[in-house]
Amino acid sequence: MALLELKGIRVRYGNVEALHGIDLSVEEGEIVTLLGANGAGKSTTLLTISGLVRPCAGDVLFDGRSLLRIPAHDVVRQGIAQSPEGRRVFGTMTVLENLRLGAFSVRDKDKCEKTLEWIFDLFPRLFERRDQLAGTLSGGEQQMLAIGRALMAQPRLLLLDEPSLGLAPLFVRSIFETVRNISASGVTVLLVEQNARAALKLASRGYVLEVGNVVMHDTAQNLLADPSVREAYLGG
Amino acid sequence: MEQFFQQLLNGLAVGGIYALVALGYTMVYGVLKLINFAHGDLFTIGAYLGLTLLVSCNLSGILGPAAAVLAVFVMVALLVALLGCLLERAAYRPLRKANRLSAVVSALGASIFFQNAVMLIYGARFYVYPDYLRPDFTVSLFGMAVPGVRLLVIAASVLLMLALWAFIQRTRTGAAIRAVAIDQGAARLMGINVNRVISLVFFIGPGLGGAAGLMVGIYYGQIDFTMGWSYGLKAFTAAILGGIGNIPGAMLGGLLLGVIEALAAGYIAIAWKDAIAFLVLILILIIRPTGILGERTADKL
Repeated sequence: MALLELKGIRVRYGNVEALHGIDLSVEEGEIVTLLGANGAGKSTTLLTISGLVRPCAGDVLFDGRSLLRIPAHDVVRQGIAQSPEGRRVFGTMTVLENLRLGAFSVRDKDKCEKTLEWIFDLFPRLFERRDQLAGTLSGGEQQMLAIGRALMAQPRLLLLDEPSLGLAPLFVRSIFETVRNISASGVTVLLVEQNARAALKLASRGYVLEVGNVVMHDTAQNLLADPSVREAYLGG
Repeated sequence: MEQFFQQLLNGLAVGGIYALVALGYTMVYGVLKLINFAHGDLFTIGAYLGLTLLVSCNLSGILGPAAAVLAVFVMVALLVALLGCLLERAAYRPLRKANRLSAVVSALGASIFFQNAVMLIYGARFYVYPDYLRPDFTVSLFGMAVPGVRLLVIAASVLLMLALWAFIQRTRTGAAIRAVAIDQGAARLMGINVNRVISLVFFIGPGLGGAAGLMVGIYYGQIDFTMGWSYGLKAFTAAILGGIGNIPGAMLGGLLLGVIEALAAGYIAIAWKDAIAFLVLILILIIRPTGILGERTADKL
């Protein structure tokens, strides 16, 4: 049974349908990437999984159970954390406060401290800046914080929305490297990316979204080799 | 010199009351970006409830004045806090997704409703807190005789503010309130129940406001059903002065406004105190449109 399964998800914003029936599944332990141009519905898909956007049709199953009847704030407790588009760190709070909020749903204090140590291992920069206001961090550091904050919830499934957006190339490489490490530690990852080549090198499978439809899904290797994908997303 | 310090202390007492009420405005604005116009009337209800509990229910006869005031202080804060939660459920939550103007109209309606309810229940006349409720000792401070009640009002408001500050800064729930004020969506991604946080804010704010109403009753001895309007306006001014949405700003703005008013009343003319208070507001807004401690936006785009 897949860890996460989306069945025929349709989402409307007012009169406009943003997703026209998305089917998608993620197996435990995988890195799956969601590719697509701006406005294809990638972020909407992630927000739907987290419960911030409600679909008008279809179902979201996590571990075989529907998430649609669970309020958004309880989705985290099921084991799904998200590092959202635009990072959305709490700018007027310190790095440490941001991380602790990430663990808001976790009751076990000792485990929390262990996770915190692990995150500081992954991102030593966050440790250096732990008492600094999150809003004063660079874009790359904020991205680390957003990922670290999501990991503080000790999720089974991590949703990453465009972690490389707006970052210097060096940062991009280190972020992708970290995603690999996170995956190696047993967290399943669903990765939304515009940087298709890097994402496909990291992922085992990929889905291609075009204006609210899944137009292709295959193993990452096949997608990397596919002429139409090369043309549209990998710069020919 | 003595006059200066007496006015300063008087200003701090009034300012502490403004600050407590201002906190309710600013916290609600922080999480909902809504001005709760009914907040001043919750403050009025605090003053009336206090009087009813102390005199009509004869708690001061049963417990003795000092213990009764203390007990009623807690009871009034809790009752008005519950009323605040109820107000949010009835008047604001159904409009959460509507445009902001609808919620503002709802707030104005709630204000009119509360004010008229108080008038209909208690009548449109002034009520007097009996003298025996007021602590009538004086303290000699640096050679001045300072009314004890003034010091008690200052102490109570400062204590409440420190407790709130510690709660907001040091606890998990306090951090959740701050997170909701910054970004509700991101807060939900953290697993924070935004509705519960909003209810809590509508518990704490009116609780402080209701307690402030009781303090006014005891300090000045006289209350009426429109007092929420004048105090509400002043406290709202204080919240803007300090930077709306900012908790220490509301505390600072309240104290500052109280002191400015008292000094203006003492040194210029009592009739001019409101004019001078608002003049200061205008000046500060010209220099710092976000208020003294207004939102330091450090977010990178």
